[in-house]
Amino acid sequence: MVKNNAEIETERKVHEPLFQIVKRDAMPWYKAWLVRAAAIILALAIGSVVIIMLTGYNPIQVYSAMFNGAFGSTRKIWITFQDLAMLLCISLAVTPAFKMRFWNIGAEGQTLIGGLTAAACMIYLGDKLPLYLTIPIMTVSCIISGMIWAVIPAFFKAKFNTNETLFTLMMNYVAMQLVSFCIVFWENPKDSNSVGVINRHTHGGWLPEIADQKYLLNIIIVAVIMISMYIYLKYSKQGYEISVVGESENTARYIGINVKKVIVRTMAISGALCGIAGLMIVAGTDHTITSDSVGGMGFTAIMVSWLAKFNPIVMALTSFLIVFLEVGAGAIVTDPKLGLNESVADILTGIILFFIIGSEFFVTYKINKRHNSSKEEA
Amino acid sequence: MKKILSIMTVLALILSACAVFSGCSENSEEENHPGTADDFKVGFIFLHDENSTYDKNFIDAANAAKEALNLTDDQVLFKTNIPESAECYEAAADLVDLGCDLIFADSFGHEDFIIQAAEEFPNVTFCHATGTKAHTEGLSNYYNAFASIYEGRYLAGVAAGLKLNEMIENGDITEEEAKMGYVGAYPYAEVKSGYTSFFLGARSVCPSVTMDVKFTNSWFDIALEKETANALIADGCVLISQHADSEGAPKACEEAGVPNVAYNLDTREWGPNTALISSKINWEPYFEHIINATMNGTEIQQDFCGGLEDDVVQILGLNDTVAAEGTAETLEDVKAKLISGEIKVFDTATFTVNGETLTEYKADVDTDANFTPDTEVVSDGYFHESEYRSAPYFDIDIDGITIK
Repeated sequence: MVKNNAEIETERKVHEPLFQIVKRDAMPWYKAWLVRAAAIILALAIGSVVIIMLTGYNPIQVYSAMFNGAFGSTRKIWITFQDLAMLLCISLAVTPAFKMRFWNIGAEGQTLIGGLTAAACMIYLGDKLPLYLTIPIMTVSCIISGMIWAVIPAFFKAKFNTNETLFTLMMNYVAMQLVSFCIVFWENPKDSNSVGVINRHTHGGWLPEIADQKYLLNIIIVAVIMISMYIYLKYSKQGYEISVVGESENTARYIGINVKKVIVRTMAISGALCGIAGLMIVAGTDHTITSDSVGGMGFTAIMVSWLAKFNPIVMALTSFLIVFLEVGAGAIVTDPKLGLNESVADILTGIILFFIIGSEFFVTYKINKRHNSSKEEA
Repeated sequence: MKKILSIMTVLALILSACAVFSGCSENSEEENHPGTADDFKVGFIFLHDENSTYDKNFIDAANAAKEALNLTDDQVLFKTNIPESAECYEAAADLVDLGCDLIFADSFGHEDFIIQAAEEFPNVTFCHATGTKAHTEGLSNYYNAFASIYEGRYLAGVAAGLKLNEMIENGDITEEEAKMGYVGAYPYAEVKSGYTSFFLGARSVCPSVTMDVKFTNSWFDIALEKETANALIADGCVLISQHADSEGAPKACEEAGVPNVAYNLDTREWGPNTALISSKINWEPYFEHIINATMNGTEIQQDFCGGLEDDVVQILGLNDTVAAEGTAETLEDVKAKLISGEIKVFDTATFTVNGETLTEYKADVDTDANFTPDTEVVSDGYFHESEYRSAPYFDIDIDGITIK
């Protein structure tokens, strides 16, 4: 039967496609980075054309405004690195789950719940207990709450094979509504529909500043998490189990890995890290909570993690890239000399991201043109 | 190899960042000095952008002040779409970095974050509209401002009442059917004070009027505001007003052919056949006051409250095709009486609470952690709105208004 079909195909003149996409053998690292660099240069070039066409501004002026937005002053550099640290922390959190092929798109909610717990601790304990007690209690509760938020969908996945994508996504909305609900109780001042700055005068429950820098502690914590995650995934037995479950659940089962246990344990780690991120956002920098405190980073983290191919160290670079684009885009909007609106910034960000993600395609695959033989037939 | 390279890149990044941090961490604070006319800069922080009638009112006033004082584009910086969160503090800090000597924020929920910035940058002046804490916070560089907008609402209410009278006379509705609808944002003092004064204005000329209020629990939601206005119309409301910031309600009214009283903006463009009148706070005099004061180093009023007399509270967009005959003259008359004090908007003789006349009421004027009522605000036969603090504190539900 198969043979027949094949024969008929040949008779009908084989119509090979003009291009064929073939997976590459591993590309040497310098070549891969060359492709990526070329993609960025190409993106900037196309972006320039768009800037000229849409606004008539000098693209160099726009790009330098972006750069200034991220590095223009000491504070901006700190904020860039703070944003980078937060995005990196959440990206690191989702990584073990993704490596296990568990589609955790609930990092937003897991982080928000951690933040909500931190806010609750600050409000109810901040002024009553000394800081050396508040902070450990707060840290532990944030970790636990993030864990709970992540383990619920993991448990149902392991037990009943529910769809984790939908489940974790839904948990985001539950977390957001929970935050809105709590804000009603914590409103400060009354009628503002926001909790304001928590313990503004007493600083109760605020994470301490290191060397008078309010973002430094967060950055150090995330650097430690990054290195630990790298070691955990690369060298620990559990990290190995995660990869095996990700590659093939059946193989994992065959070699005696308790898949259910690995799923729940890995998601617990994911959730715990998100909880820590929530703690740092609320108790470390914002000192307030809104349903938008995480600001979509839980979703952006997915892209960061994938772009870095789940390598925690490379993730520092990919989150830097995303944060740079975001901060830079924000700067274009407020630059008084430009007066562009968000849409232009979004277009530029879109172009650059498109090229960078596209470049990964060319790193992994190559495109072959149609063979000579088929040319004759055509 | 690839990993070693990436580790090294990251390390290099961190190291270079550290070098930059240590290099310029000392000098940023000293750059903030009181400006002279040439290098003076003012920064504005807005909750939304021009699409919100509330923010547009501020943006227009800022542009008008800029023009009146001959400031250049470089001297007036706008930050739009700044939420009521830590982002507001970051926006303020960024404006300081950009060299602003004066920073203004326009939304109630911005207050804590502006105070946070005011504490950190004592050489920069911070002003905040609708806030409540300047008179208790004790900061020398933080100021609040609002206006006795209830007087403007009252005038708009008078125009609405006259319109209802005309509809009754024409036989379009009976006296009992004179029911107005009000699309409110949140059940807060600012909104309650607004719709109560509007209602009292209407009832001062049309005694049989009643009013239904529905809250959207959002300051800006075009679809929801439209839907809410439609629901009120379906419920038998024959005139709609709103305290929410989008074009939703005015457009719903135009489609249904129901007169609409707007806020902050002349809405005749959206509702040529239904827009009746609007009241607004004109922020331009205040902006000129704070800009001049900061430039010349003179005193800013700590808790500014403008009114009809200084043209901060205005009525605008009176639509002759919709309004009843003689509305303009009546409004002139009432306005003069409000300015002279002959008419008090919250005259306790004109309304009852649960069937009884209000003789005393303690309002939470001094914002503290407990939100306890602390100041007696009823005396001499009227409720002293915006006198003990610029931001409204009238939050009583009076008879005749039904909250749905």
